[in-house]
Amino acid sequence: MARIYAYIEHRGGVVDDSAAELAAAAKKIDVTSVPTAILTGSGANLDTACDSLRSSYGEIWKVANEALAYPNAELVRQALVSVLPANSILLVPHDHFGIDLSPGLSIKLNSAYVPDVLAIEGVEGDWLKLVRQEFGGQVSTHVRCDISCGAVINIRPGAFKAEPSASASGAVIDKSPAVGALVARRRYLETIVAEAGDVDITKHNVLVSVGRGIQEKENLGLAEELAEGLGAAVSCSRPVVDAKWMEKSRQVGSSGKTVKPKVYLACGISGAFQHLAGIKGSPFIIAINKNPKAPIFQVADIGIVDDVLEFLPELTNKAREMRGAAAK
Amino acid sequence: MEILVCARRVPDTSENEIALNAAGNDIERDELVYSVNEADNYAVEEALQIRDRVGGNVTVVTVGVDEDEEILRRELAMGANQAALISDDAFSGSDGKGVATILKAFVQKGHYDLILTGVQGDDGAAQVGGMLAAMLDYPFASLVNSIAAEDGKLKVGREIEGGNREINEIELPCVLSIQTGINEPRYVGMRGIRQVASVPIPTLGASELSVDTSAVGEAAAKVQRIDYFVPELSKGAEMLHGSREENAVRVLELVAAKGGLK
Amino acid sequence: MVGTYSPSYIADWLVPGRNLFLTIHVLGIACFFYIVAKRLVPLVRAERDFRFDRPLTRLGKVFKFWLGQWKHPRYKFAGTIHILIFAGFILLAARAFTVLMVGVDENFVMPGLSGHVYDIITDYAATVVFLCMVVAATRRLVFKPARYAVPAKYGKGHAADAVFLLGLIAILMVADSVFSASNAAGHAQQGQPAEALTFLSLPWMFQAGFASMPLATLWGFNVGAYLVHEVTFYFLLCYRPFGIQFHVETSLFSTYFAKLEKGTVKPVRWGVSEEHLDQVKCFGVKKFEDFTWKHMLDFYSCADCGRCADNCPANAAGRPLAPRFLTIKARDYAFQHYPVLGKAKEGGPLIGGIYSQDEIWSCTTCGACEEECPLLVEYIDKIVDLRRGMIDDGNVPQSLQKPLKALESRGNPYGKMEKKRADWAKALEFQKTCAVKISDGKNGADTLYFVDSITSYDDRMQSIGRSAARILSHIGENFGILGSAEKDSGHEARRFGEETLYMALRDHNTDAIKASGVKRIVTADPHAYNALKHDYKDIPPVEHISQVIAKEVKAGTITFNRVENEDSVYAYHDPCYLGRHNQVYDDPRAVLDAIPGLKRVEMKRSRDRSFCCGGGGLMLFYEPKEEQRMGVLRVRMAAEAGANVIVTACPFCMANLEDAIKVTGLEGKMSAIDLAELVDQHIVRESCSEKSEEGELETAPLGG
Repeated sequence: MARIYAYIEHRGGVVDDSAAELAAAAKKIDVTSVPTAILTGSGANLDTACDSLRSSYGEIWKVANEALAYPNAELVRQALVSVLPANSILLVPHDHFGIDLSPGLSIKLNSAYVPDVLAIEGVEGDWLKLVRQEFGGQVSTHVRCDISCGAVINIRPGAFKAEPSASASGAVIDKSPAVGALVARRRYLETIVAEAGDVDITKHNVLVSVGRGIQEKENLGLAEELAEGLGAAVSCSRPVVDAKWMEKSRQVGSSGKTVKPKVYLACGISGAFQHLAGIKGSPFIIAINKNPKAPIFQVADIGIVDDVLEFLPELTNKAREMRGAAAK
Repeated sequence: MEILVCARRVPDTSENEIALNAAGNDIERDELVYSVNEADNYAVEEALQIRDRVGGNVTVVTVGVDEDEEILRRELAMGANQAALISDDAFSGSDGKGVATILKAFVQKGHYDLILTGVQGDDGAAQVGGMLAAMLDYPFASLVNSIAAEDGKLKVGREIEGGNREINEIELPCVLSIQTGINEPRYVGMRGIRQVASVPIPTLGASELSVDTSAVGEAAAKVQRIDYFVPELSKGAEMLHGSREENAVRVLELVAAKGGLK
Repeated sequence: MVGTYSPSYIADWLVPGRNLFLTIHVLGIACFFYIVAKRLVPLVRAERDFRFDRPLTRLGKVFKFWLGQWKHPRYKFAGTIHILIFAGFILLAARAFTVLMVGVDENFVMPGLSGHVYDIITDYAATVVFLCMVVAATRRLVFKPARYAVPAKYGKGHAADAVFLLGLIAILMVADSVFSASNAAGHAQQGQPAEALTFLSLPWMFQAGFASMPLATLWGFNVGAYLVHEVTFYFLLCYRPFGIQFHVETSLFSTYFAKLEKGTVKPVRWGVSEEHLDQVKCFGVKKFEDFTWKHMLDFYSCADCGRCADNCPANAAGRPLAPRFLTIKARDYAFQHYPVLGKAKEGGPLIGGIYSQDEIWSCTTCGACEEECPLLVEYIDKIVDLRRGMIDDGNVPQSLQKPLKALESRGNPYGKMEKKRADWAKALEFQKTCAVKISDGKNGADTLYFVDSITSYDDRMQSIGRSAARILSHIGENFGILGSAEKDSGHEARRFGEETLYMALRDHNTDAIKASGVKRIVTADPHAYNALKHDYKDIPPVEHISQVIAKEVKAGTITFNRVENEDSVYAYHDPCYLGRHNQVYDDPRAVLDAIPGLKRVEMKRSRDRSFCCGGGGLMLFYEPKEEQRMGVLRVRMAAEAGANVIVTACPFCMANLEDAIKVTGLEGKMSAIDLAELVDQHIVRESCSEKSEEGELETAPLGG
């Protein structure tokens, strides 16, 4: 069984949640494996990040290089090609960086590539059996991947639950010298931060979140009334922003904001994983949707099959009544 | 600028209900409506806008079968200068790397400054663009949501988390995968398609492209789909079945209990 | 006044000026013809328009709308003033001509239009016209009616121009009167028999002042007034083609060449049959010269009265559309690019130039503007042509691209599957009461119930379909539906400029209808009704369900139980495509009045002044920039009229009004119901098997 590596993302010395998820995924490939973490970067932040993985990974490979201070996929690829042995299995989170890095990396490593994996069923000979989704998540598919020449596997964030750390005692190994000159014809310039907007949804405990089910811009008023009554903020899924009904700053999801509320009301939201990816910290999720088969009901705690446009005003009225009764 | 856009014909997810077929080995395709992959359409629109700004030529290509020609014709109606269908029995069953290999052969038969793909297709793989770039040794950027051309180089914005945008400078020739929402694609109607009905769309096979057939096709695929299935629904949410009023009251109680109501 | 019975002019006063007067005549007329010729230049470059058929019908329109001023009383005060002015002008025409001629030929007499009686009439006419000028100017300057206002984005106000014109006409009246009065006074002073000027007329008033003036002064006034009259006349004549006052000349033509059929849309290009449309390079209007000559004539004919914009629901809702300014901007464009002095120059595209995209997409094609315009200026065809141009360029808002694409691939704007189109009829409870068969030609139905997309697929509107089916079943109709063979009627696709898509839908439906072998068609959807009646060809005659019900009520086949809610007050909302476009106003009202105990009120805006609910078909998908929803305004009108139930006969009206009831927070206080549903609830049914779900209005079920 080939060695399993995991590419760890980090910022400001703190590793991404995916670090633990990749470790869990590695166990699914080979339960005996003790995966190796690979981190690229430069400076003290890189060192801190590497140290924090000592208890979850068997080895931590540090690849320090000035050119890698900002994770540029082209440069990271060159570095990984230099340090990875042949026929390795590399796990990468399937996020905006993984999408950028892995396809090209798999070519340069002459390995197979499987993107956006939800579940790993195991190895049979040369074949690794995995589960993916197609058609926007409407159907699932069993996939097999020939790992005889190694593979790059992108793991869907949140698909694998981090396991409580086993007894790993990882040593940090400096692999920087193995990397030669890094030259890329793509250069990072800057990051433009999304406008803050007047409401910071990441700071609210209760979110009333709307999706396509709100049907028209004018109906947002229903959500806003409810939010006001609950002391909550209104957030939304991507289609609402694409339709220009709400600002980007209100979007929850992998290409929007990450929120950690206590209670999340998903109103007319189908539950596409890109949206759910923006919800962290396991809030109490209440989902209202006309479609009883909506994927959101898989992840919600409470589900109500109803028309959002009818249910929201009912909630608002009841909230008003209850406040009125409490005031007496 | 010579621009190439790689497009695909896919079932239109917004107008279709995707379900398994009776045999359980594929989705039910009988009543599906197909159209050009949404992200690829954004890519074509972007290519047209760049061409109209700086001059040049837009070519649209797809790897597929005869039916796929209809999307090429649609993109011609949209304004592309020419189109080509890459089709050969030897190509069927190719995995992502196989498709990238085929496209690489096509690219090398011409000369393109800029190659665009949609960020992902109906299989959600988002791989062909990156693979093609690595095979050609061109720089690559994915999830592109803005492009500005500045003397021989491009400034591209990538969509990253938090709604932020990562600005990169990238040299030509390069490959970019385009995210939806980068522009507002123009409308193409039945009349537009009729007007390009007689524009020739050449079909190119393995021999025209000098593709090593052992590197593509089903036999060469390292990643293979075994089946389609719909997972058993896990426990999921506790469904409330009361009247609307009762449900509303229960919801508010829970919101208050879980630390919500002010 | 110059009459045969006494030479009232003083010959030797005018004769010395004869050469001058003649010169002014020649110059004035030459100038006028030159200006008109220049104004006609863009019309010569314009697209064809076939308006030369049915001359008798057209003459009829001229009599009714031009001579008869038929539309004017819709605004009582302004209308009355205008009728007086118009009548005055007609009456004074001969007189003015005579006065002009007299300066050149003192013996000139207008055959037939002279004599004492004519003089009295014209004296009063001049006086009335003068008074009207004063009133009109006061209105403009002091009272400033809202509809004349010019929003800042369209430039400065038009009041100054208006008052200038009114002043010129007033001067004309005064000059004429001074001329007559000074003549009479001059005769009197010279001891000649003098014409007795009409009591209390303008000339009469002047004469009183002239009575004691020295002859020389009178001569001065006389010749002066004559000159002023002649110069003012010719100045006005030549000034008219420079603004709204051109309508004085063009109105005759705009009414003669007016559109004869309501509810229709002009072909893409007159004279090009559908088979040859592929050869047409561009569809629609992109630049000014793409308009037809009649449309350009409309731009010249606008009198800037603002009645169209005053009734335009898009304007009332705060959308960027006001029909009046569509015309005024185009007119100004024509003046600028085809000037009287200087060379004609072509401009660029209209969209992005004088018009914005949103402006053109905002129109619901309700027809209120056309209904109101006294000059019969047309708007819908122009909007459709401009939309055709935008579609041709691919310039379509993303919100509309989705339903258009769905129409193309699935035959309905919702993108739902074809095979589910007839599911509304399959609800088990419903099937027990009324089995609906599919008309494919093999099961011999006489009548086709054309359901169309919204009634087929929308949860709420399906109840209208079921009610309509039950009604048809009750009256014993052997009817069927097309089922999944039916596609959207294409009514809105056409009016949104997608002519090719519309033709594909139309041809498909036409084939299906013919294959079904039916002899008549009934629908509960006014948009489908209008399409089948006016857009489609060679299909059996079509009726709206309200017409069918009215007939049966009259014949006694349908009788009603007493109205369920005796306290409710009902207001009928005329759907645009049933009412205004097809003039079906009375049948739905007759049906409502046949329900015993039903209390009905009329909203202020009803019948041909009905206020559009917000639009149907593709308009439900468009995201307009507006301050208010039209539906909200309409619901408030119903509340104002004292109603708490709005009855309508169109599923799109239903969608918009029910939505508006929610938005205005009137849920529980106001409701909306379709005529078919109301009828279905109240029909007296004998057998148990026919019982409908009594008393339960079908609303969207929980979770549905």
